[in-house]
Amino acid sequence: MINHDNDKQDTAAAPGRGKSGQHLRRAVIGSSLLPFALLAASAAHAEYGINFPEPAAGVAREIYNIHMLTMQITTVLLVIVFGFVFYSLYFHRKSRGYQADQHFHTSWFGQWSWVIVPVLVLGVDMTIAGKADTVLKKVWEVPEDENIMDVKVTGHQWWWEYDYLDFGINIESRYVPEEEAGDLYLREVDNRLVLPTGIKIRFLHTSADVLHAFWVPELAVKKDAIPGYVTETWVSLDREGVFRGQCAELCGTWHSRMPIVVEVVSPERFEVWKAEQLAMKAAAAAEAGSDKVWSKDELMAKGKTLYETKCAACHQASGLGLPPAFPALKGSPLTTGPVAGHLDIVINGKEGTPMVAWGSMNDLEIAAIVTYERNAWDNNTGDVVQPADVKQAR
Amino acid sequence: MTTATMTHDEIHHHDDPKGWRRWLFSTNHKDIGTLYLLFALTMMFLGGASAMLIRMELFQPGIQLLDPDLYNNLVTNHALIMIFGAVMPAAAGLANWMIPMMIGAPDMALPRMNNLSFWILPAAATMLILSFVVPFFPGGGTQINTGWTLYPPLSVQVGMSMDFLIFAIHLLGISSVLASINIIVTLLNMRAPGMTMFKMPMFCWTWLVTAFLLILVVPVLAGGVTMLLFDRHFGTSFFNAAGGGDPVLFQHLFWFFGHPEVYILLLPSIGVLSHVIPTFSRKPLFGYNSMVGAMLAVATIGMVVWAHHQYTIGMSIGAVTYFMIGTIIISIPVGLMIFNFIATMWRGAMTFETPMLFAVAIVLMFTFGGLSGVMLAVVPADMQYHDSMFVVAHFHYVLMPGAVFGLFAGVFYWLPKWTGHMYDERLGKLFFWTNVISFNITFFPQHFLGLAGMPRRIIDYNVMFTEFNVVSSVGAMVFGLSHLLLLYIVIKTIRGGKKAESRSWEGAKGLEWELDSPPAFHTWTVAPQIK
Repeated sequence: MINHDNDKQDTAAAPGRGKSGQHLRRAVIGSSLLPFALLAASAAHAEYGINFPEPAAGVAREIYNIHMLTMQITTVLLVIVFGFVFYSLYFHRKSRGYQADQHFHTSWFGQWSWVIVPVLVLGVDMTIAGKADTVLKKVWEVPEDENIMDVKVTGHQWWWEYDYLDFGINIESRYVPEEEAGDLYLREVDNRLVLPTGIKIRFLHTSADVLHAFWVPELAVKKDAIPGYVTETWVSLDREGVFRGQCAELCGTWHSRMPIVVEVVSPERFEVWKAEQLAMKAAAAAEAGSDKVWSKDELMAKGKTLYETKCAACHQASGLGLPPAFPALKGSPLTTGPVAGHLDIVINGKEGTPMVAWGSMNDLEIAAIVTYERNAWDNNTGDVVQPADVKQAR
Repeated sequence: MTTATMTHDEIHHHDDPKGWRRWLFSTNHKDIGTLYLLFALTMMFLGGASAMLIRMELFQPGIQLLDPDLYNNLVTNHALIMIFGAVMPAAAGLANWMIPMMIGAPDMALPRMNNLSFWILPAAATMLILSFVVPFFPGGGTQINTGWTLYPPLSVQVGMSMDFLIFAIHLLGISSVLASINIIVTLLNMRAPGMTMFKMPMFCWTWLVTAFLLILVVPVLAGGVTMLLFDRHFGTSFFNAAGGGDPVLFQHLFWFFGHPEVYILLLPSIGVLSHVIPTFSRKPLFGYNSMVGAMLAVATIGMVVWAHHQYTIGMSIGAVTYFMIGTIIISIPVGLMIFNFIATMWRGAMTFETPMLFAVAIVLMFTFGGLSGVMLAVVPADMQYHDSMFVVAHFHYVLMPGAVFGLFAGVFYWLPKWTGHMYDERLGKLFFWTNVISFNITFFPQHFLGLAGMPRRIIDYNVMFTEFNVVSSVGAMVFGLSHLLLLYIVIKTIRGGKKAESRSWEGAKGLEWELDSPPAFHTWTVAPQIK
């Protein structure tokens, strides 16, 4: 509901595009108590979001409906309880001269209420549980369907990786700093997860390090990403738009900086996007696979970009890190010592620390990053690491 | 030496100790109860300060005050300090003070163990505080940024402060188990002649059930954190998939403890309510037997529904269905308890002194929290609620009214008995209203934040969540500071005030009200006869 109107604008723009300045600006209301006053007005719903956003998939619609149902049932119960209590508070008080009824608990009602009350509550419980069970059957297990698109969602500290298993497309998705994201800060990413409408999509959740959880309220389905295990959810998207969410399972320092942006497009547009991605992938592979010897400047330029995307969240753009959790790379014995040790930790990671293995990057990327780290921030070792060196170190 | 050969002097040789010896070597249930309560009060201010820092940081979007690890460290410590440092010791303090006086016993059954179970606590608290401060010293490693649930693999990444925390949990567990054994032994053996189990005051019943729960589940937590310790240092792979383990196993062990823990926090306060509401309604507790039955049902079912805290870990549909139905079923006994409280008030002659005000607030607000609990129990809806601010709002609505307000009610109810002075009723009422109103301003808006999509445990949030966070933070500052008023009232009452009668409240019933206010150092040395 929050971004609904603007999402339509977004869909019109090219899919896979980065940030958008078009999103609605949300005025920050300074006065602290004003929202309470506004709650009464239904207009406040759209402005602040006091309920689930408008669902974008069938399963999310089911979840929305069961949420509304249980909320309505519990509200009725609440009103009943409050009604009895307030009646009693008003009428059964000593200051009104009310005399306590010392035999209330021995009346027939007092004798049998321990049966009556549980039976009534059981009735309510069975209503809720019955409806919930019906919905659960629809959303919990992935339907067995030949025509289902698999997207592997891997949580990393602190970014998301999406693998389209059917086409071999891999997307890395990271938060966008506040200067660029503006009002969408912490709800905006560099690369969106692009998905088509009209086809069942299965998400396979896993993690590379600690627990994460992929949560987009419009899609509603949420399961934890557990390292070494795969959990699954599914959706069939029924409307186009841009839907935003965040990591929901505490995953360490920058848990707050793991936004998720899902861009839902028409199947035709999705095919166009897919072709673009595959072409880009082929180009990158050709570049990395060539026997070209790269100059230091080329590697430094590439390395800087890659470092700032993949490494700077922990080790910082300044190379100073955030000790003790994330050591400095500036002047560190690792980045100024032997190249072999440096390559080893980048490729294989360091056990017992958040430093994971980055070996899934191609040789050129690792070469560029290592070259950059060895020469930036006055490290000035003068070392130039070539893709061939990385290949040998693997 | 048999009793027959003991002289009068030998029996009373430890009477009337003075100075620090009175407290450190105390075997007197009243003194130990006081120690527990003072400890809990201190820890409540520590836990409250960390909560206020959290809310100050969340006052506006952006990172203003804390760094992310410190924020998460405070989140962790707030929960652990409040649960293990404030609520449980406060409930144990009430138990120590009141149980012997209520059942006509001269003291707890195992007075020296009573001393031990208290004096472990300051050591445990020191370990807990060390786990918070150690990272600020050189070589201290990273802070505990896991939340109180300590889920691996994140908790394996944390530095040495996690080891301090694990040992703190061991010590707290030992203390709880010792206290529980003592309470069970006391209740089963020391009741006055004629006081059958079903004539026992309800507070004693709630503590009997609580103590059994503690003995059943605390060792499971101790085992879980010990396995974590082994994973961290001794190369085991209980929770490491790469070594054949499973991170989810820890979650099961943790919540097998963690869910009954909710009832451990709640039940003693239910016990307090069962005394406060009849007293101020001037009418006996409605449904004594059904209350006991409901409590036993809550404890039993509460033991077997732990995985509703982890619906999102990828369990089979059969498993989640079981946990969902089990959880929803708990509303039956809990609903019966609430009903009994309302029926006790019904056609009573109520007056609204501070303990009763808190009791009414509990009935209303705990019902509210319980109903949002029913919503959370619904698995498909929980896929959306899970780990959002909605959950934070829910469990604060359950634990603040359910546990903490109950303890406040108990303190105000029995303060005249303990100190011999009436507290200042005007200030008590002022404290109640400030506390309850600011609590609701703090936590009610968090429901909306969660539904709109704000996850819990984040230091920084998008501007779309600003408004409700501002409201919540303003409420939290008032809420936090309001407890200074409680401190003032308690100190003022200890120092003086209107003399309390032995039966301090018009409608109060029970053996404790037959003793002087304050009671003698040793009471019920001759057991009363219960008809």
